[in-house]
Amino acid sequence: MNLNMNSVESLVAQIQGLSGNIGELTQLRNYLKQCDDLLRTESTRLAPLLTELDPSVHSLGYLYILEACTSATVSKDQANELVLSVARFINVCAADQIRLAPEKFISICKRLKEQVVLLEDPMRGVAPLLTSIRKLQSSTEQLTTLHPDFLLLCLMSKCYKTGLSVLEDDVFEVDQPRDLFLYCYYGGMICIGQKKFRKALELLHNVVTAPMPIISAIAVEAFKKYILVSLIHLGQFATSFPKYTSSAAQRNLKNFSQSYLDLVNSYSTGKVSDVENYVQNNKDKFESDNNLGLVKQVVSSMYKRNIQRLTQTYLTLSLQDIANTVQLNSAKEAEMHVLQMIQEGDIYATINQKDGMVRFLEDPEQYKTCEMIERLDFSIQRIMMLSKKVTTMNEVMSCDPSYLGKVGRERQRFDYDDFDTVPSKFNL
Amino acid sequence: MESEDYASGAVIGEEEIYANGRDESDPQRHRPIISSEQLDIEAYAALYTGRTKTMRLLFIADKCGIPSMELEALRMAYEEIKKGEDTQLFREIIGKINGRLGPNYALDNAWADAVDRRAESRKEKLENELNAYRTNLIKESIRMGYNDFGDFFYAHGRLGEAFKNYIRTRDYCTTSKHISHMCLNAILVSIEMGQFTHVTSYVGKAEQAVDGLDPVTIAKLRCAAGLSHLEGKKYKLAARKFLEVGPELGNNYTEIIAPQDVATYGSLCALASFDRSELKSKVIDNTNFRNFLELVPEIRELINDFYTSHYASCLEYLGNLKTNLLLDIHLHEHVETLYEQIRNKALIQYTLPFVSVDLNMMANAFNTSVTGLEKELEALITNDQIQARIDSHNKILYARHADQRNGTFQRALQTGNEFDRELRSMLLRANLIKHDYNLKGPRKY
Repeated sequence: MNLNMNSVESLVAQIQGLSGNIGELTQLRNYLKQCDDLLRTESTRLAPLLTELDPSVHSLGYLYILEACTSATVSKDQANELVLSVARFINVCAADQIRLAPEKFISICKRLKEQVVLLEDPMRGVAPLLTSIRKLQSSTEQLTTLHPDFLLLCLMSKCYKTGLSVLEDDVFEVDQPRDLFLYCYYGGMICIGQKKFRKALELLHNVVTAPMPIISAIAVEAFKKYILVSLIHLGQFATSFPKYTSSAAQRNLKNFSQSYLDLVNSYSTGKVSDVENYVQNNKDKFESDNNLGLVKQVVSSMYKRNIQRLTQTYLTLSLQDIANTVQLNSAKEAEMHVLQMIQEGDIYATINQKDGMVRFLEDPEQYKTCEMIERLDFSIQRIMMLSKKVTTMNEVMSCDPSYLGKVGRERQRFDYDDFDTVPSKFNL
Repeated sequence: MESEDYASGAVIGEEEIYANGRDESDPQRHRPIISSEQLDIEAYAALYTGRTKTMRLLFIADKCGIPSMELEALRMAYEEIKKGEDTQLFREIIGKINGRLGPNYALDNAWADAVDRRAESRKEKLENELNAYRTNLIKESIRMGYNDFGDFFYAHGRLGEAFKNYIRTRDYCTTSKHISHMCLNAILVSIEMGQFTHVTSYVGKAEQAVDGLDPVTIAKLRCAAGLSHLEGKKYKLAARKFLEVGPELGNNYTEIIAPQDVATYGSLCALASFDRSELKSKVIDNTNFRNFLELVPEIRELINDFYTSHYASCLEYLGNLKTNLLLDIHLHEHVETLYEQIRNKALIQYTLPFVSVDLNMMANAFNTSVTGLEKELEALITNDQIQARIDSHNKILYARHADQRNGTFQRALQTGNEFDRELRSMLLRANLIKHDYNLKGPRKY
């Protein structure tokens, strides 16, 4: 290819000429790669060129030029302009074109995120980043580097619901462990914000038990939140790790979260006053970890847990007795707690205000409705899908040359049984 | 065990003659010693021989808290000690009596010195003999020599030394009889010292090493094993061992345990740990054990009451026995736990056949208040031992029948969700490992 490397004008011509089919685009990408240095040096002169290109048609070329433009440091006014232009590009660009140069695309998205954070207006980044994630990923199972950034912006702008839309996808493919850790950590926080504790627990669990050679600050913080959410949602915390947890995590995590483990201990006694005292004494510690709010939820979950336990034991119980057993100050307070729990569907009960009695009922669910059958069916379908996935993965794994190479080598070294019926040491 | 009897009971008192001379085949003649009345110390002491008699008396004196009873126990212990050769224990008990029993029970230095002197010379003699045997390398004589030493130390209250010497005979045992003898000696001293791990191991050794054990020895070993399980709070195992004790035991093991004790220990452990059918088949229908139960009618009544669901009378018997059981050297630590377990068992069995139970009636049956009963039931329900719920308003306990169908649905859904979650995080982890491995291996991208 005979190209005039010095001319930006010819560059534009090339872009306009080579944006048709996939073959041309690959050619264009190679060309643009060669021009990368030129683009860097000429970055200040490039801005006008963008007007000559149509971002929806010439996405690849537009991306390269835009990336070069935005790589320079910018002032606050320009930042505003930059955010606008990048956001516009993200909205209209063609997904198949930008996927040819994912690193460039990620780079402009990161730039966008940086700028909106600097502008202290994280909300502006949420929508563009969501679009860019959707355009970048080849399937919803893929975790992109943009996921954590997006979730962080959601957190900062308190757009939890938007964040949840991404979290609902099952993620299986991961490029960078760090991305996954941050994705799960931020995702966990968003779920906590939405009180979706089960999902939060799952995400945080993934961080804590993920294979890791050394523990990271992300894992430590996730572990702390994991303990607290586990107390709120399950009412207990099993201090032993599952056996697939990395040894680094098993050895070290507990050392970094002693005050949380102590909280677990005092929680397990079931005495509200103990827990309250403990929290009061260690308030600074929890506050400096930014977990005080969550800790307070732990304390209030305790009343709930205790009342729930009563439903297992009693059919009717006076409000006064409830107040006494769960250490509430008055029957009135007990009534409020019970009422709230009935509203949230945690218990099934009726309050008889005349006698001051609460009547606990059984779970009215009879598992006879169509919805229930549908739910079951959905569950079965999902598990079938997952099990297919495992089979496929197993097949892929058993064909993976590097895996086979490793297994083959080890077998040769250690497994003499394949060749000899008698262990080798007796042959000598 | 003849040697022990010889050493400890130099002068055999009237009571012992009575105790030892009783015909085993006629258990009806035994007086109920363990009963609800205040413990008759004299009768109680008559059940035992050897050191355990003294130790039990001292234990009673320590724990009973009634001055007259304490002095009575001390007096008898004093007399018992005087028959033996343990001057160390003698001085201790003098301190405990502290002159409260008059001049007849004061420190008898002349006696103590005489015993000590005799002990000294006997020890020398034994040493000389043993040395002579050892130079001659006669196995049997060496064994006898060590055994004599063991007996000697045991009589003088130096249990550690005695244990060591009995163990030393092990290398010189030639027949199975010797081995069982050695094990029994070791068990005796270990129980005395409270070293129940030794007891278990020597019971094991005796049972393994010897093929043709005579029934009396087997019964003795069962008792020892039962005691060590009891000490280890393994009540079910203890009950099994005590229930296996054969009638041959009779009064052959009074230096450790009286047949009455076998009945008491075995029954209480069985009540606390067996279920209803096991109780019927292993205790009530057990002809062997019935002989033992005849010795303590109150315990027999109590078991029958429990089985026929007369809980109030059963618990009343138990309540009456409690003070005396607390004075038992082996059982006292476990009385509270056993009682609690028996009570819980009774509560559970009471509620089992009913769909609804009036708490007032139940409280009557258990001789307690409704609020107290409610608390007890609450604890049992929380621990999932009773499937029921309390209607605290009408004071009725309703049995709760778990709906199998609903339960199955619920479990299936839950298991599905868990499986789903586990599988997804497993796939993720596999992916991470793969990624990690690819990084280490040749870089692909």
